[in-house]
Amino acid sequence: MVIKTEPFILNIGPQHPSTHGVFRMRVTLDGEVVVDIEPVIGYLHRGIEKMGENRTYTQIIPLTDRLDYLASMTNNFAYVLAVEKLAGIKVPERAEYLRIIMAEAMRISSHLMAVGFFINDLGAMMTPVLYMWREREKLLDLFEMVCGQRLTYNYMRIGGVSQDIPEEFLPALKKFVAEMPGFIDEYDQLLLQNEVLLARTKGVGILPGDTAINTAASGPVLRASGVKWDLRKADPYSIYDRFDFDVPVGTVGDNYDRYWVRMQEMRQSVRILEQAIAQLPGGEVWAKVPQLLHPPVGEVYGHIESPRGELGFFLVSDNSIAPYRFHIRPPTLINLTALKDMVVGWKVADLISTFGSIDVVLGEIDR
Amino acid sequence: MTTALNGEQVARRINKVSPGAVVASDKAAVVVTSESLFKVAEFLKNTPALDFDYLTDLTAVDYTDYFEVVYHLISLKHNHSLVLKTRCHDRDKPVVPSMTGIWRSADFQERETYDLMGIVFDGHPNLKRLLLWEGFDGHPLRRDYL
Amino acid sequence: MEIDKYSIAPANELDVAEGLRINSLMAASAHPIPDPDSWIGEELSRNVLVTTVDYVVDWARSRSLFPLMFGLACCAFEMIGMATSRFDISRFGMDIFRWSPRQADLMIVAGTLTWKMAPAVKLVYEQMAEPKWVIAMGQCAISGGPFRESYSVVPGINRIIPVDVYVPGCPPRPEGLIHGITKLHQKIVKESISKA
Repeated sequence: MVIKTEPFILNIGPQHPSTHGVFRMRVTLDGEVVVDIEPVIGYLHRGIEKMGENRTYTQIIPLTDRLDYLASMTNNFAYVLAVEKLAGIKVPERAEYLRIIMAEAMRISSHLMAVGFFINDLGAMMTPVLYMWREREKLLDLFEMVCGQRLTYNYMRIGGVSQDIPEEFLPALKKFVAEMPGFIDEYDQLLLQNEVLLARTKGVGILPGDTAINTAASGPVLRASGVKWDLRKADPYSIYDRFDFDVPVGTVGDNYDRYWVRMQEMRQSVRILEQAIAQLPGGEVWAKVPQLLHPPVGEVYGHIESPRGELGFFLVSDNSIAPYRFHIRPPTLINLTALKDMVVGWKVADLISTFGSIDVVLGEIDR
Repeated sequence: MTTALNGEQVARRINKVSPGAVVASDKAAVVVTSESLFKVAEFLKNTPALDFDYLTDLTAVDYTDYFEVVYHLISLKHNHSLVLKTRCHDRDKPVVPSMTGIWRSADFQERETYDLMGIVFDGHPNLKRLLLWEGFDGHPLRRDYL
Repeated sequence: MEIDKYSIAPANELDVAEGLRINSLMAASAHPIPDPDSWIGEELSRNVLVTTVDYVVDWARSRSLFPLMFGLACCAFEMIGMATSRFDISRFGMDIFRWSPRQADLMIVAGTLTWKMAPAVKLVYEQMAEPKWVIAMGQCAISGGPFRESYSVVPGINRIIPVDVYVPGCPPRPEGLIHGITKLHQKIVKESISKA
């Protein structure tokens, strides 16, 4: 006898432990298997693009901090790079090196969070988060030494960085860089060949390479699907062409590959930090830029490789003190385009873990 | 280094395939008419030498006489980029063909442009508001809002 | 191109209902809700026996609050930072962050509240059982913060729900939030149990 079943719609609502913020999904389920999914966003839409049209170029920098709040300095970095490209401003050498040091330290901190919460979603309660937060607190202490803030830094300025590093920063950073590979080895020992992790993430949530390109995925999501595209190598910005590092690429594009790519990227970031500390020159840290900047008429699209993907800023200027149009290209919103492909046919528990492996930050999606 | 292709040279190639499509071109960008946009996009994606398979960014700018929709394209294979634009002069009901058939990444970005600017994308499978709620009055990113 | 060939999707009835709820809540929240002040000025009329019972029950209540995790934006990460081993709120008895409002009695609203999210906040607040308290963490929750001028941000959560303690900062340090929680403990101890 055939039992008649019908699909029902479940609302995984905006306030939920595993949605990494205020994200809502309307999931059509047949039993426990996902048939269709519709993401509903906009619960954190603050109108940053409209507010940017009313502020001067320097006043937008604190707004950009609040976009991807887990890697705030990379947002600042992308924005000031775009403005410098538009206005043709040259940045002093020491400032370039300091920016790279901050960006790579941010990458390590953000990936620690991403991996910690991904494994939290798999059911390991808060243990991985607490382990990885240990290193993150050390990094947050370093950032606090430099600019006084733990989460939203506002450190970069158009033409450089806002202030020079204090004396105790470099010894502390060297100590961190010497210890970090040992900690990554500790995580690998606990997690990389863990049976539960392998059983639950190998082969789950596969994103094929050509779908990833067609849906313009970027960052670890794209690299885990086998496409070797990293903006730091393909279109080097700032002084990334002086450093020697590898780009880890996955094979299949499942959850395990995305986790693996992030762990390897942390190791590569430590390599870049070692080289940057060795090559750090002296000099000033902020070029002479007028207080109220009037860039020439034109438009620019400046993009960088943030920990989540390609973060881009599109600015249109009409030679006044505020931009005419300020648009942000959010990496995680566009990575989410392929969510339906990755999730249909799997169960609800796999939906949660696949969503965690994409690593979304709602501040960036909703702006 | 990603080379930004010269807009005038690409405009000449487009004109050979679909004459009359290009409205303006300069070193940075190519502006085409909205009727021929779909054909031009297919040409840009499928030609082996150009091979633009990655639509990075889709946005719109409100110059008060017209709306301009801007597409940033990248080719991963050849590592070059191009800026494609189109304009619509109708202020009340601006319509532009949708690119979701060619590049799926246009899906959420077109919905967001419809939500915040009011430009309708003809051919989109599910064009409704993305960031604001159903029943919100107006399109906030237009220059004449508030 | 004509109007008939437009491809705007037909309105989903769930979306339309949500939109109506949001618009009606926006119209009803034109003024802030006054802060609860039942903890002020009761001391003169109490006698000794009731005071001792009150004090013991309130002390027990305040030292075992179960917070509801309501992290909306960046402040949520300082709230999680407070819960981790460095700043440790386990020592205040608030170890387990509950995710269900039925099991919590303290709601820490951390982050920007938008009008689209407001009905959900009100629903979650109403699902909590009495006695319940609310902490507004961060500038965005107190007054709209850096985003106050925006078209979609609620200018302070006290338009929607009554607030007991305001913790300023953008974001406040975890120590700042712990200071706010100790202030809340002092406030709870002064309340009379006949309130709940």
